[in-house]
Amino acid sequence: MKIDKESIMQSTTGTDLETQIAFRNFNFYYGKYKALRNINLDIYKRRVTAFIGPSGCGKSTLLRTINRMYELYPDQHSEGELLLDGVDILGKGTDLNALRARIGMVFQKPTPFPMSIYDNIAFGVKLHERLSRVDMDDRVEWSLRKAALWNEVADKLNQSGMSLSGGQQQRLCIARGIAVKPQVLLLDEPTSALDPISTMRIEELVSELKDEFTIVIVTHNMQQAARVSDFTAYMYLGELVEVGRTDDVFIKPTDKRTEDYITGRFG
Amino acid sequence: MSTAVSLGRIRKLKNALALTIAMIAMLFGLFWLIWILATTVELGVASFSWRLFTEMTPPPGSEGGGLANAIAGSLILISLATIVGTPIGIFAGVYLAEYGKHTWLGHTTRFVNDLLLSAPSIIIGLFVYDIYVARVGHFSAMSGVVALALIVIPVVVRTTENMLQLVPNTLREAASALGAPRWAVIGKVTLKASLAGIMTGIMLAVARISGETAPLLFTSLSNQFWTLDMNKPMASLPATIFKFAMSPFKEWQQLAWAGVFLITLGVLTLNILARILFRNKHKQ
Repeated sequence: MKIDKESIMQSTTGTDLETQIAFRNFNFYYGKYKALRNINLDIYKRRVTAFIGPSGCGKSTLLRTINRMYELYPDQHSEGELLLDGVDILGKGTDLNALRARIGMVFQKPTPFPMSIYDNIAFGVKLHERLSRVDMDDRVEWSLRKAALWNEVADKLNQSGMSLSGGQQQRLCIARGIAVKPQVLLLDEPTSALDPISTMRIEELVSELKDEFTIVIVTHNMQQAARVSDFTAYMYLGELVEVGRTDDVFIKPTDKRTEDYITGRFG
Repeated sequence: MSTAVSLGRIRKLKNALALTIAMIAMLFGLFWLIWILATTVELGVASFSWRLFTEMTPPPGSEGGGLANAIAGSLILISLATIVGTPIGIFAGVYLAEYGKHTWLGHTTRFVNDLLLSAPSIIIGLFVYDIYVARVGHFSAMSGVVALALIVIPVVVRTTENMLQLVPNTLREAASALGAPRWAVIGKVTLKASLAGIMTGIMLAVARISGETAPLLFTSLSNQFWTLDMNKPMASLPATIFKFAMSPFKEWQQLAWAGVFLITLGVLTLNILARILFRNKHKQ
């Protein structure tokens, strides 16, 4: 599916859209099985892009290619181009650890490390920067404030990250991700394991964080995509069916399949 | 309606039957365990005295004497074997679980390790006798350490691998997603997450070697006197118990029971300590 970037640019009021991530003729394989077919997609800087679609459509797979998470599994590979700020990151020369410092990720289930709240956040920062104790304290506080968790954990930073509630754990994971100061934040169904209140908090957080980060969110929940995202990409059977401004995709989808999914005819 | 009622009744009957069989099996096992423990405690306490820790193993037929040299020997042999065997076991376990999971080397190592895990300890004793004792020309404490370490390694390899496999992949992904290199993911996250389990494995290994007799008979042998020389034969509790329990002398037999009691007590204390130490961390 070819995106008409010009028309999107024109319909923008005031702010310019700058492409941060671009998929070009991108294919992805689990072993011999082709899970993603010929993806062409632009993801814009400091916007929220949502991937929606029925189970197994490849939306999580697509998200996980952006930080090359699939490299952990030897039988998975990709083809085509994946550009981050205009540079292809699929090449063998790409430093994966440096790449992942620029692209944070939050998973479906909260994944606090078996260490204190403070160390959960310091862990990632220490990998890429040498900070003094004071600077590290500042960084931990900064990221916890950004993740709207500071007030709840300020007096128990030495407690295990696993002692927090599910919603708090997920915000800890978000804090951990942004503490490294990435440019992009990937959220893989970040609220599917959370209760409605925690979900609301995370959604509010996403709206605040997009001032600083490019956010890509995978969600099963169409209302969530409509609430938090600026752009929506609808995927079906490993193909990108339709992508555009969230309002356009939801109100007047151009593809019949998108319309069927959004109106609840299947999925 | 009546079929539903009779089906329910059959289900209840089956449940009662299964429960009964399970209870009988449990009671059968428990019965022997309690008997063994009761005998150990009864005979052990009867021959227990502080002399055990201060006096050396006595010559046959003489009054008094203790197990001081055997206790010291056992402590030295067990701790050295654990110090040598644990790191090797952990590193090998990490390789199996994190790096060589689906490789040819991994599969082979796992298979060989399973063989080693179930190998009778007398084979290990004889092996060390052949490659070490026979070549050096005399029994030595060091060869005993080698034999015990060879028993520790497969136990630790197995538990380390199993415990690391219990760590969910999402945790590895989360650490990798922050840009952590492989060694940091393993060293700082997955090993930490499975620490309690790995420590339990080490405790099991220690418990296992603290009662091993067969491999020591071919290696560290025994020693009637106090020694800390690793190149000389060294007394140990299991070997002393073996020798004393088989003897016709009343005093020796009593000391053997005291030794059995000490080993049981030691293993029990170790287990309780491990549980207390790692319970809090595990449950946060």
